[in-house]
Amino acid sequence: MAKSSIKIRAKIKKGACEVKALMKHPMETGQRKNKKTGKKIPAHFIQEVNCTHNGQSVLAAEWGGAISTNPYLSFIFDGAKKGESVTISWLDNQGGKDSMTAKIK
Amino acid sequence: MSTDTKRRLFLKGTLASGVVALAAGAGLINPRQVLAAWPKSAFEAKSVSEAMKGIAGTDTAAGNDKITIKAPDIAENGAVVPVKVDATKISGVDSIAIIAEKNPTPLIANFKMGKSTHAFVSTRIKMGKTSNVIAVVSAGGSVSTARKEVKVTIGGCGG
Repeated sequence: MAKSSIKIRAKIKKGACEVKALMKHPMETGQRKNKKTGKKIPAHFIQEVNCTHNGQSVLAAEWGGAISTNPYLSFIFDGAKKGESVTISWLDNQGGKDSMTAKIK
Repeated sequence: MSTDTKRRLFLKGTLASGVVALAAGAGLINPRQVLAAWPKSAFEAKSVSEAMKGIAGTDTAAGNDKITIKAPDIAENGAVVPVKVDATKISGVDSIAIIAEKNPTPLIANFKMGKSTHAFVSTRIKMGKTSNVIAVVSAGGSVSTARKEVKVTIGGCGG
């Protein structure tokens, strides 16, 4: 993948680090049908999202197909400093994955 | 959860898809060690109580007004419903799960907090039709919930 599918904004706010992330993913539930063929579109969605800071997990999410297309995620954690980095990675049900690291502002 | 239900969930998982599901089955017994194993049976559960059992180990949890769910009263588009769950008034929150009561598979997501992470998540979900959004918060072994109704004018599941 030439360009990462993940966009991250991490900012220190009132001493805590607020992370906002957008991922590009079709998030297909497996329940939709292709209108022309009547066949079901196979499920394709992110199952696991891991967020780490300094090698420590700050958030581990398990998702189903009912998270919206191009998922948005935001959370807050303590103990981060400006200039440090946060990493977010995802894994989908078809074995696809991506990861991205961003500096905290 | 009785041993028998555990065993049943475990068996279900094993039959479904070998190693991965087996790991998830094992994960159900100790949800906190489940980092690398996606709980398939909980996400495929068709009812709220099954989903809750799979993710929190119980389907009977008291409501708690310390949990706030921020979601629109009326969602014009069920494919994108912004939801914020704030349980920062409860200490020691381990995980927050989001469930949409009337979705074909109610469990939407489960977020596990690290030690320094605030009990707060914000994301966007799909909803099939008007129903309650339920937040299930586990903190140090005790499970509590909060719910909020969201009216959906155009469904986001299927169709």
